Amino acid sequence: MSDLAVKAKDAAPPSAGASKTADALAARLDVLTLPKGGFTAAARADALARLRAMGLPGPRDEYWRYTDPKAFNAPIPAPIPIEDKAPDSPLFTDLDSIRLVFVDGIFEAAESSDLSGEGLEIDLLSQADQSGSHWATDLYGVLETAGQSPVKRPFAALNTVAATEGVLIRVTGKPSKPVHILHRRASAEADVTWHHVIRLEEGAELTLLETGMVGARSNGMIEADLAAGAKLHHIAAKRAGHQKLGFSAIFARVAAEAQFKSFSLSVNGTLMRHEGVIEFVGDDAVAHIAAAVLGDGAKGPFHHDDTVFVTHGAERCESRQVFKKVLKNGAKGVFQGKILVKPGAQKTDGYQISQALLLDEDSQFLAKPELEIYADDVVCSHGSTTGALDETALFYLRSRGVPKERAIVLLVLSFLADALAEVEDEGLRSQINDRLEAWLTRRAKV
Amino acid sequence: MLKIDNLHVKLEDHDKQILKGLSLEVPAGEVHAIMGPNGSGKSTLSYVLSGRDGYEVTEGAASLDGQDLLEMEPEERAAAGLFLAFQYPVEIPGVGNMTFLRTAVNAQRKRRGEEEMSAGDFLKVVREKAKALKIDAEMLKRPVNVGFSGGEKKRNEILQMAMLEPRMCIMDETDSGLDVDAMRLVADGVNALRSPDRSFLVITHYQRLLDHIQPDVVHIMADGRIIRSGGPELALEVEKNGYGDLLTEAG
Ligand SMILES: Nc1ncnc2c1ncn2[C@@H]1O[C@H](COP(=O)(O)OP(=O)(O)O)[C@@H](O)[C@H]1O
Ligand SMILES: [Mg+2]
Repeated sequence: MSDLAVKAKDAAPPSAGASKTADALAARLDVLTLPKGGFTAAARADALARLRAMGLPGPRDEYWRYTDPKAFNAPIPAPIPIEDKAPDSPLFTDLDSIRLVFVDGIFEAAESSDLSGEGLEIDLLSQADQSGSHWATDLYGVLETAGQSPVKRPFAALNTVAATEGVLIRVTGKPSKPVHILHRRASAEADVTWHHVIRLEEGAELTLLETGMVGARSNGMIEADLAAGAKLHHIAAKRAGHQKLGFSAIFARVAAEAQFKSFSLSVNGTLMRHEGVIEFVGDDAVAHIAAAVLGDGAKGPFHHDDTVFVTHGAERCESRQVFKKVLKNGAKGVFQGKILVKPGAQKTDGYQISQALLLDEDSQFLAKPELEIYADDVVCSHGSTTGALDETALFYLRSRGVPKERAIVLLVLSFLADALAEVEDEGLRSQINDRLEAWLTRRAKV
Repeated sequence: MLKIDNLHVKLEDHDKQILKGLSLEVPAGEVHAIMGPNGSGKSTLSYVLSGRDGYEVTEGAASLDGQDLLEMEPEERAAAGLFLAFQYPVEIPGVGNMTFLRTAVNAQRKRRGEEEMSAGDFLKVVREKAKALKIDAEMLKRPVNVGFSGGEKKRNEILQMAMLEPRMCIMDETDSGLDVDAMRLVADGVNALRSPDRSFLVITHYQRLLDHIQPDVVHIMADGRIIRSGGPELALEVEKNGYGDLLTEAG
């Protein structure tokens, strides 16, 4: 047993259960080479202490009831063979962008753009962390820490502790091109942790694209800080292999009149958990978080969990959560979404919808929508539905000559339309729609 | 063209017999009307002919140009030339009306081994036909039938019919809920489609539609059967006296 385990035991209360958890955490940490960190050193040490105090999650943790964290807790993920050929090329590659390519989480300079551009500066975490000072010191692990209360997020803390790479982007203007982070796999075993920090200065704007797939397992995190009037448009299109394990988190702090929009597209993966943690700290701001998820359990288990927490800590802010999951062949979807309106956050406009389309009776959707409101002058609503394909609509389409498979594709796309509508840019939206359509069409065997 | 012989239909998951030996033949180029009280099985007939799930044919046959309809998938029936204008057109949020029409037209062409219509040609034809039905460009862009008024939905059905150019058109109470102007538009749309090799089966409650679309034959349906067939004067008789006498007669 490593000395980390000894320390972990010291920190934990002396009960049998706690010591078991501590052992599990020790084993999890033992196989990692934890970076000491330069400017991140203090944040990493803090995060390690937090992580030891909370331990790894288990089924009794309130937000892990629907999702078994075992595969995330395991010290080493099962290898996933590299596919001979990817089923389709990554999205957005034909777009003029600032490209940042990572292979198994390691920056690939030769395939990437220059780390500079008008209106923004980009550093690599690995490089920046060799020095003791960086603008990101105020953010690295800081938004994550804030997001640990009231809900524990052990894998986010683990990320802050263990991340070896990531990008640190400071935007001061309105870059004409999006930043595109592309991930690619090279080894079957890789267990990859990356941590991005994005700071948008007052009035700055950025479109951030993330695509590709990584590792046998990944833990990817974004901390995004939006100053007054800033706009961040984040689009993640994850193309996971069938057996992929992925944890991801985005922490956003949104100042007055800023706009935060995050959309993610997920297709397949054995176990995926995405945590979105958004806090309004200034008035009149907007935050939208949305996802379109397609899960097919035919070739192995599929489990996709979105867990979102939006905190309204300012007046007149608008939040929207739109989550749509299409599940078949025993696929399982989870949505846990909360809107917390703090005292004084008057005129809050909070909206949340989570919907699943089950294409068969073996698939399952579990939703836990929550509202907690401490201000009296607010409008908040949430809804969750689970349903099958609309047989009447299906017949209507077929009666017009549309073949059944094609009709199903159209109806699935129509089900996802509200989530896709959260992608503001029409060009990007139609690329995503086309990709979804191609994916659905390939799998539309009846 | 359309031949229905002694058709018996029950609900798949209930023990309810709805069609009880219905026979009917519509030759090419003719317009036949079906009238009958609510619940007599008119919509069921139209659904069974177009292939909707949930019904079980226990006896009898139905064919289009000699092809056994009952063996075909709904999309095959459509490609074979059958079209049903729904009594309650279906709303499909998220699917644009234009996309829907184009997908349908091209799917049918493909199935028949014909070339797909180019986007440009398609747009031209749709615009022209939509204009005749007073369907504006805005409506074409909206999701299928979502937010359409009752009359708009029915006109949209006729637009689909005009675009798909079916050989056998079944119209299920297309006139109900239409004001006089809308009814005229619908009737004009139908009359424009009349041709020696296209037939119509017009299900209606009211004589007034038949003033605009002259039927060759009128059938009276009750309790799952055709109880009487005759010329256009039969519709006038129903209009004047109701179904009462006919039903007692058939008793
Ligand atoms: N899916 C169904 N479930 C239960 N009853 C049905 C169903 N479809 C039709 N029926 C019944 O069958 C009869 C005929 O209905 P329908 O074909 O709609 O008649 P019409 O169109 O002539 O008014 C009615 O009694 C109706 O209630
Ligand atoms: Mg009816």
